[in-house]
Formats: sequence, C-alpha cells, structure tokens
Amino acid sequence: MKNSLLLGAIAVTGMVAGAATADTLQEVKDRGVLNCGISTGLVGFASQNANGDWQGFDVAICQAVAAAIFGDANAVEYNPVTNQVRFEILNSGEIDMLSRNTTWTFSRDVDLKLDFLGVNYYDGQGFLIPTELGVSSAKELDGAKVCIQKGTTTELNVADFFRVNNIEYEPVPISTASEAQQAYLAGTCQVYTTDASGLAATRASFEDPSAHVILPEIISKEPLGPLVRHGDDDWGDVVRWSLNALIAAEELGITSANVDDLAAAPTDNPEINRLLGTEGTLGEMLGLPADWGVNVIKANGNYGEIFEKFIGENTPIGLARGLNAQWTDGGLLYAPPFR
Amino acid sequence: MSTHPDTAAFVRHDALPPQDPPASEVGMVHWLRVNLFSSIGHGIMTLVALYCIYALLAAVVPWLVNGVWDADSIRQCREKLDGARGGCFAVIAERWPQLLFGNYPSEHYDRASLAFVLLFVAIAPVLFFDLPRKMLWFTGLFPFIAYWLIWGGSIWVPVLALAGVVLGFFVYRALAGRSFFGAIIAGIAATMIFGFVMLGPIAGLLNSVLNISLDPVESRQIGGFMINFILGTTCIALSLPLGIALALGRQSNLPIIKTICVVFIEFIRGVPLITLLFVASVMLAYFLPPGTNFDLILRVIIMITLFAAAYMAEAIRGGLAALPTGQYEAGASLGLDYWQSMRLIILPQALKISIPSIVNIAIGLFKDTTLVSIISMFDMVGMIQGPILSSTEWFGVYWELLGFAALLFFVFCYGISQYSQYLERKLATDHH
Amino acid sequence: MSTLSEPPKQSFHMGMLLNDTRYRGYTFQFIALLALVALFGWMVSNAVANLAALGQDINFGFLSDQAGYDINQQIIPYESTDTHMRAAFVGVLNTLLVAVLGCILATIVGVVVGVLRLSNNWLIARLMSVYVEIFRNVPVLIWILIVFNVMANALPSPSTFRGDDATASMLLGAFAFTNSGVYLPLPLWLEGSIVVVGVFVVSLIAIWALRRYARHLLYSEGRVIPTLPIGLALFVVPTLLAFFIMGRPIALEYPEMGRFNFQNGIQVRGSFIALWLALSLYTGAFIAENVRGAIQAVSKGQTEAAASLGLRPGRIMSLVVLPQALRVMIPPNISQYLNLTKNSSLAAAVGYMDITGTLGGVTLNQTGRSFEAILLLMAFYLAISLAISGIMNLYNNSVKLKER
Repeated sequence: MKNSLLLGAIAVTGMVAGAATADTLQEVKDRGVLNCGISTGLVGFASQNANGDWQGFDVAICQAVAAAIFGDANAVEYNPVTNQVRFEILNSGEIDMLSRNTTWTFSRDVDLKLDFLGVNYYDGQGFLIPTELGVSSAKELDGAKVCIQKGTTTELNVADFFRVNNIEYEPVPISTASEAQQAYLAGTCQVYTTDASGLAATRASFEDPSAHVILPEIISKEPLGPLVRHGDDDWGDVVRWSLNALIAAEELGITSANVDDLAAAPTDNPEINRLLGTEGTLGEMLGLPADWGVNVIKANGNYGEIFEKFIGENTPIGLARGLNAQWTDGGLLYAPPFR
Repeated sequence: MSTHPDTAAFVRHDALPPQDPPASEVGMVHWLRVNLFSSIGHGIMTLVALYCIYALLAAVVPWLVNGVWDADSIRQCREKLDGARGGCFAVIAERWPQLLFGNYPSEHYDRASLAFVLLFVAIAPVLFFDLPRKMLWFTGLFPFIAYWLIWGGSIWVPVLALAGVVLGFFVYRALAGRSFFGAIIAGIAATMIFGFVMLGPIAGLLNSVLNISLDPVESRQIGGFMINFILGTTCIALSLPLGIALALGRQSNLPIIKTICVVFIEFIRGVPLITLLFVASVMLAYFLPPGTNFDLILRVIIMITLFAAAYMAEAIRGGLAALPTGQYEAGASLGLDYWQSMRLIILPQALKISIPSIVNIAIGLFKDTTLVSIISMFDMVGMIQGPILSSTEWFGVYWELLGFAALLFFVFCYGISQYSQYLERKLATDHH
Repeated sequence: MSTLSEPPKQSFHMGMLLNDTRYRGYTFQFIALLALVALFGWMVSNAVANLAALGQDINFGFLSDQAGYDINQQIIPYESTDTHMRAAFVGVLNTLLVAVLGCILATIVGVVVGVLRLSNNWLIARLMSVYVEIFRNVPVLIWILIVFNVMANALPSPSTFRGDDATASMLLGAFAFTNSGVYLPLPLWLEGSIVVVGVFVVSLIAIWALRRYARHLLYSEGRVIPTLPIGLALFVVPTLLAFFIMGRPIALEYPEMGRFNFQNGIQVRGSFIALWLALSLYTGAFIAENVRGAIQAVSKGQTEAAASLGLRPGRIMSLVVLPQALRVMIPPNISQYLNLTKNSSLAAAVGYMDITGTLGGVTLNQTGRSFEAILLLMAFYLAISLAISGIMNLYNNSVKLKER
C-alpha cells in the first residue's frame, strides 16, 4: 500500500502536460523551458562535455529557439533520442521540437505527419574507405561489407544505389555512430557510409585521417533540418523564423559581436531593423518579444558563426561551407525576406 | 606361556612412535594427488585448466598493471603507453561521475549519495531479521526521503504523500474488522484519492506558508548506475505485493479472477522485456487521455514492475503449491475466512519457501535494468554507448568501460546471491 | 408432540450478494470483470482519440509495401524490393536460428559445467564455479557487447588475409577466422550425392537398431556385445564406400579471398557468433546450476548402489545419476530456454537482423508504424514462448516418473 502511494505521488509530481495540444507556444511559455529533441551523440552536431552540457550545431538551433522565446538560450531541456524513437517521442508531445540531423523526406513530412521547417545543413550520403584498398569509386565496391547506421535513410539509399548499379554488397547494420566507426576501424566492414558531414567528422577523429578516403560519389540528397508536429502552424512559424533569422543575420552581416550596437538604434537598413525589432512588429506577430531576433543571434552568433564554432574548418571536424554557404556566395542558404 | 619380560630375549616396553606417513600421503603432494592428479584424465584436465588460466592472466595482468589512470584523452593514453599493452583507465577516472550519476547536477551528488547510503540502512532490517524491529519504521519512511533527496522540490509533496499513506492505513484499520480485502481496497482508494485530488492544492498552500525545498532535478538528468539502482529497488519493492496478489488470484477458485491472472502472467512471461520497454517509450502515451504524458522513468517503472510481478507471482505460486494441503485445511477448520487464513497461515509459510526464487528474480531484474539503454535512457550501459564513446576524447575505449560496468554489476549481484545463500542456510535450521 | 417444521425458506435478497459466501464470489468476479472491461475500454478510447488527433490510424497494410532495405543474413532469398512482410519473416527465421542453436549450445555447456563443478578435481571445480558466478552476475547485454568486442578485436580482419605478405592465414586452407565472421567450406551436392546420403541415413538406422539389439541382449540374457567398434564401422564404412563408388559426388567449396572479403563457402557472421556465444555462455551458467542442483538431488544411495554393482564412475554418472537428475532439471531448464529465446531480442545491440531488428527495427523506423509493429512483435514472441513451453511440457510428461 505504501508503495502504491509513492507511485501516486510520483505520478502527480511527474505529470506534465503535453501531447497533441493546439497551442505549443503558450505551453512552452508556461513551462518556462523548451523541450528539444537532439541526437544521443554525434561529434560536432550534439555532444556532451565532461560537465554534462550539450553543445553542437544541432543543439545551437534549440538554443536559438529558446532564446527567441525566453531571451535565455539556456532555457532548454535536452532530450537525447535515438533514431528509432525520435518521431514517436515528438508525436507523443514529450518534446516540442526535434533538431537532430533528420533528413527531410516526403513520407516523413506527409505520412508521418511532421512539419520540416527549413534546412540547417545540406548534406549527402557518401562512403569512407581505407586508402590501402585502392578504391577510387563506389562502383568498385562489389563484394564489400558496408557499415550502416540503423534506422536512418542511409540504409535505404545504400540498398537503392547498389541495386540500381547491380553491385553485390553486404550491409552490416549498427545502432550507434560510435559503434559503426569502431567496427569500421577494426575491419569488420570495409566501407562506412553516412552523411558526408558525418564521414568528415569521423575521419577527423581517427588516429591517422590520411589512411582513409571519402569516395567522390554522393548518392543522395540529405537536407537536414529541425521539425515539429503537424497541426500547430503558429509554433512551426516560431521555429522556422528562428532558423531563418540565423541565416539572414549572416547575410546581413549581423554577428554576436555587433548585434547589440545594431539593435541599440534603428540603422539605415530596414531589414536589419525589422529583424532586430527596432522597426515594425514582427516579434508581436509571432507572439514573441520585440527583441527576439537579437536574442536569437546573441545565443551562439549567426549561422556562419555557429558553423565555424562547431563544425567549421578550424574544428577537428573541419567541414567546408560548400552547399551550406549563403546564396550570395554560391551556396544554397537563402532566408526569405523579413518583412 | 609366560609373557614376562624375563622369558624372552627382547621385549619392547613401550610402543613405537608412529612413523611419518609416506611422502605421497601427506602435505602438498598428497593434496595435489587427490585433488588434481587422481587419474590420467584428471591430470590432463588440470594441465589444460592451468594453461587456460595462464593465458588469461598473461593477457589481463599487463593490461591492468600498465593501465594509464591519468590522461585527458585516448590519444594521450596511447602516447603514455608508447606501444605497451595497457588499459586506458583514465576514462573511468575522468568520467566516473557520469557513469554513476548520469547528468545529475554535480553540485547535488551528495544528495544522491546520501539516498544511496540511507537505502542500506532502510533495507537492513528487511534483510537481517536480528536487527531491532523498530528500524522498520525508517524503512517505511525511506521511499519518501529518497524521493525528496533525489528529485528535490518541495518537502511537502513527500510529506503529504506520507500523510496519504497514513490516512489510508487508518481507513484500513477502521474497516479491517469487517473484511480484510475490502479494507485493503478502501485504504488504497483513500490514499489514491488523497494523492490525486488533494495533494497538489494542499502542497501548494503549505508551500506558500513555509517553503522548505531542495533544488528540483529533472528525471531525464538522472542516469548512469543510479538509474539502474532506482529502477531495480523500486520495481522489486513494488512487484512483490503485486506478485502476491497475482499468485493468490491464480490459485483462486473464482474462474474469472483466475483467468485474468493466468492470462496476464502468461502474457508478460511470454514476451521479452524489451518489447515492454518499447511499449513504455512509444505506446503507453497513446493509451492515456490526450494531453497527459508522464515521466519516462515512471512509465518504465510501471512496465518493469508489471514484468517482475508476473515472475514473482510464479515464484510465490511455487511456494503456495509446496505447502501441504493440511495447512489450508487447518486454517479452514479453525474457522478462519479466506483472507485470515492466507494472511495468518498460508502466506507467511509460502513466502518463506519462495525466498530463494524471489531473490533470483530480484537479481535478474536488477541486471535487466540495463535494457533501458535500448530505449535511449542513459543508464550505465547507455552512458557508455552514447555520450562517452561518442565524445572525441574517448572514442574507442571499450574494454575499460564495459569491464567497469561488468565489475560493478558483479559486485552487487554476487552480493545479493551470497545473501540469498546465507538466508537459505538460516531458514534451513528451522526444520530439522 | 410438535411437528417438525420446515426450515424457513430464505428468499434471495440483494444483501446476500455481499454477505453470503455462496454468492460473494460472483459479486467480486463481476466487479473485477467490469473494472477490467472499463479499463480496456478507457485505454482503447484514449488510443482512438489520440490517433485521431494525430491523423493516424491502425493499419497493417504497410506489411505489403516494398521494404527497401537489405538484410545480410537470409535463410530464405530476400531482396530489398521484397515486402516488409517477407523482411519480417527473414527476421523470424534468424531469431529461430539463434534461439535453437543457442539452446543446444547452452545445454551442452550447462551439462558439462554442471557435472564438472561437482568433479573431484579441485582446480576444475573452482574454475567452473568462477565461470558460473561471473556469467550469472553480469547483465546479458554487457556480455553480448563484450563478446562482440572480443570477436572484433581479437581476430584478424579480412584484409590481413590478402596479398603476398598476408599476416593471417586460413586454418587447413579451409577455415578462415576473421573479425567479421567465420568462413567454412560449403559442401556441394553433385549428381549421385543422394545415394551417399541415403546410405548414410540407412547406416544411422542400422546403428540405432544395433544399440536396441544390444540392450535387448543385455536385459534378456545379460550378455554385453561391443557396440562401439561395430557402430563406428557402420557409421564410416558404408558411407565411404558409397562415396567412392559413386565417384565422389560430394565436393567442398572452399572460401577464398576476393577483392574485399572471402567469397564462396559458408559465412557465419560475427554478429551471429557474438549473440550466439554470449547467449549460450550466459544461459549455460544458469543451466549448469540447474544441473548441479538436480545431480545433488539424486540421493547418494543411488551412486553407492551403482558403485557396489561395480559400475565405473563415468557410467554411474551417465547410466544412473543423470537419467534421474534429468527429471528434476527439465522444468527449470524450460524456463531457461524461454529466457534465451526472449533475450535473443537483444540482437539489436550487435546488429544481428532478427525479428526485433527487421520488423521492430528498420521496418518500424521506415514506416513509422510503431503501434502495429510492436503488437506483431509481441504476438510473435508470445507464440514462440507458448510453443516452446508446450513442447517441453510434453517432453517433461514423457520422461516423468510413471506412477502406477
């Protein structure tokens, strides 16, 4: 009897409202903290330091949204979720948004009732292979064992690629990225496949990166981005425009260093003014404070700063901007106008 | 014939001192002969075993002895080892708080540790019958203290929960004269109603009057070995009463009750725990009213408790079946009703018989708590596979971490199984 | 004189439902049933409401969609263009394979260790206790991970077999132990091999008949005929003769190093070996305890009686003690077999594609049909468990002491 009571007590205190209620933004505000789903660990995108603090490229999106709502980038509760359960957890209302290198696909958007809100990283699937095998193209991989992370689109892409090219291969499914890399290093599989960004990060973490080569074939389009549940468009707008604010800030030259100066008084550029809330009522339309844009940029800097800080060329991961450069620099990043 | 010494040429007056036994029958040599080389077959087996032990030690000892305990990353470990074989135990030295506590706020480690120490004080009187019975009061209080220490928040929540239990107890006492079963149900109902309806408002009220609280800690911050321990102890404690109820239901002569219990037990025992954990992580939310969604730890506790209860029920059923029918008949002939005879005669004996299997189930359950890592909870194994191995510093340090986890589980499970054997010996003296 | 009056006829009234022990049981059961139905109804209506709110439904139609993913270990042919249903079926067969082989190996390990634990040899007995304690007291998930890592790191990778300066070589030119799996020669059944197999089967039947006849002789006349040499001869000679007469119709296909991996031959994958060994060693430790307990439960008088009849220790064990211990150890071993089968669902940890990996893993992920997939998964394991306990109970009844 005593035990059942304890259960009741925990139930009462542990009960949190959630699920498919309509007004997620209001709910987040009432709760005072954003529940954000992230990866259980992917170097550069979401990893934990010795203090247990989460940081990384995907984590920065969560922080930007939290900053937009609360003005506090730390008002985030991180829920590390695996590939297998990520959509269920989002749909069950346990988390408000998912920022977890998730590929935007038709069936996820339409059939699984999810809303993708933009792309924070344009990726594509590639192959990593030891240099000593002397392979220069993925078409030469006949008879190889390929380490794949389970529960991702990569599994399907690989199956399609090898079937279309009529090449025999053997998939070696592995549940986490770190185990897949371990298996690849031990030689249980000859090839490791995942998104090219992940391959670069993996290769960088090896003892001798030059002993491994990323094959030129990119076999898929992998637009990765944050997503929310279907059916609450107001909440979707908050996340979408927080991401757009990061991208637009880079294009407009707003950085974490100069954002306070630019926000102090209206500038000559009306778009900067609207983004930073010194002109117009964009924040109010979103249901956010007027200085939401300032807070988003102050959290970790603009898109370019975030990129450089966590995955850029000066980090161990060393990714080039490539497709993820601003459209003005020949990349694909293109934030719609703030007006 | 005379036996007088004078009649014979030589007669020994005193007995010879006993000779030393032959060298092959004493000491080391004898022991070796009897225990290791009693036949050619045994000799060969001994030599093979000795070789296996040597091979194992030759692999493990240098790894342990050369181990590096002080390094920032696996690269530094490799530099320090400089090609020699050795473990990189620095990962344990650096990450042990994460292995034990998960992401629990580091400034509150002392709270979790205190709860851990108090746990031993609380379960001591349950495990060792010689201790003063008064200590059981503390055992009763412990769940509330531990909840408050680990999760923090206002002190009024656990205090009021305790008040609810006391209320339930008084309801039970008031009705116990009429019907034991009805009284239990009424007691639980009173507690539940108090807990669900009145606890929140009263706690809020008391909080505004006198605010005593610890920093609240979110469930998802709890991890590492701590979560294995919380799940293990809570689910074992909760599953025991449920298991008793199920076992009684299965033995009952009421066909519908019996069917319900049999179906439940066989269903739970027929599916792997991991599917039940999948249910807890993704499906349970569907079965609750829209808009409710509670803590993952609580959902997992519910599923593991149901799982363990089915096994407990089978263990207790074994105990019930082992009792001679005379005991049931004796109870009936004394004029006791069903609940009285169960409570006073049958269950005390049946539970005693089933203690060894209950302890085995408890050990199994404790080990099975590692499965929560598969539904992305950061328990000991989840912590190793997730955050630690995916960090750039410790990528590829498997042996040391898995070995550490194995050692920790071994210490606890072996301890419990030794206790179980102690208990068996102790209880065996009762009937000569 | 007073007339004996009839006992007062008590008419039924509502209070009796609570107070009369004849009816009270019905009341309780009715309430319990009502509560259960209400609980289920509540849960189902919640589920319906929740699914409607998310715009989803419960639909098993996804099973006939194209799966789109590949599975490495397939007992029946499977392509990524096949349906989810077929993928699930491949997973089912993989589960059954590891469960059956695991039960066999666990039994062998368990019986050997259980017997050796009672050995007079001090060292062996201690060693076996250490094995049992270590394996019983560490979670099986950790064991699976440890064995998998031992495999991956202790054995050479396939690339070390390649080239002229290969550091690793095949055992007897036929077996290759690599960290991604073990490669064995594959028997090729050429024309005429059916005859050889037929002869082999016939000689097996002959051996069985011989043993029966020998036992008959022993019981009826007390004569012992040497079955072992005759049996061995029957086992080898006719089959070999047939093999050569038919012109060697059975050949072996040896694995050979290809561009990346070994090709041809049979490949036993590392994930399978890791899961199989870990489950067998883990469950074997529990079975060893059951075996030890069962042997100790056989009264010492039986051993002494057998010894006084002049039986050698080995024969005492195999003819007197083990057959009696068998009856005691079967029920606990059944539950160990069930545990092993259920624990095989931990295959996910090493990437073995069992039913949890296909239906409960990739299919669940790619279709998002978690509700349906988990229901099917539970139904499958439930069916397997009931089948195993059913079969084993039949066996248990057949070896039980027949009381007359």
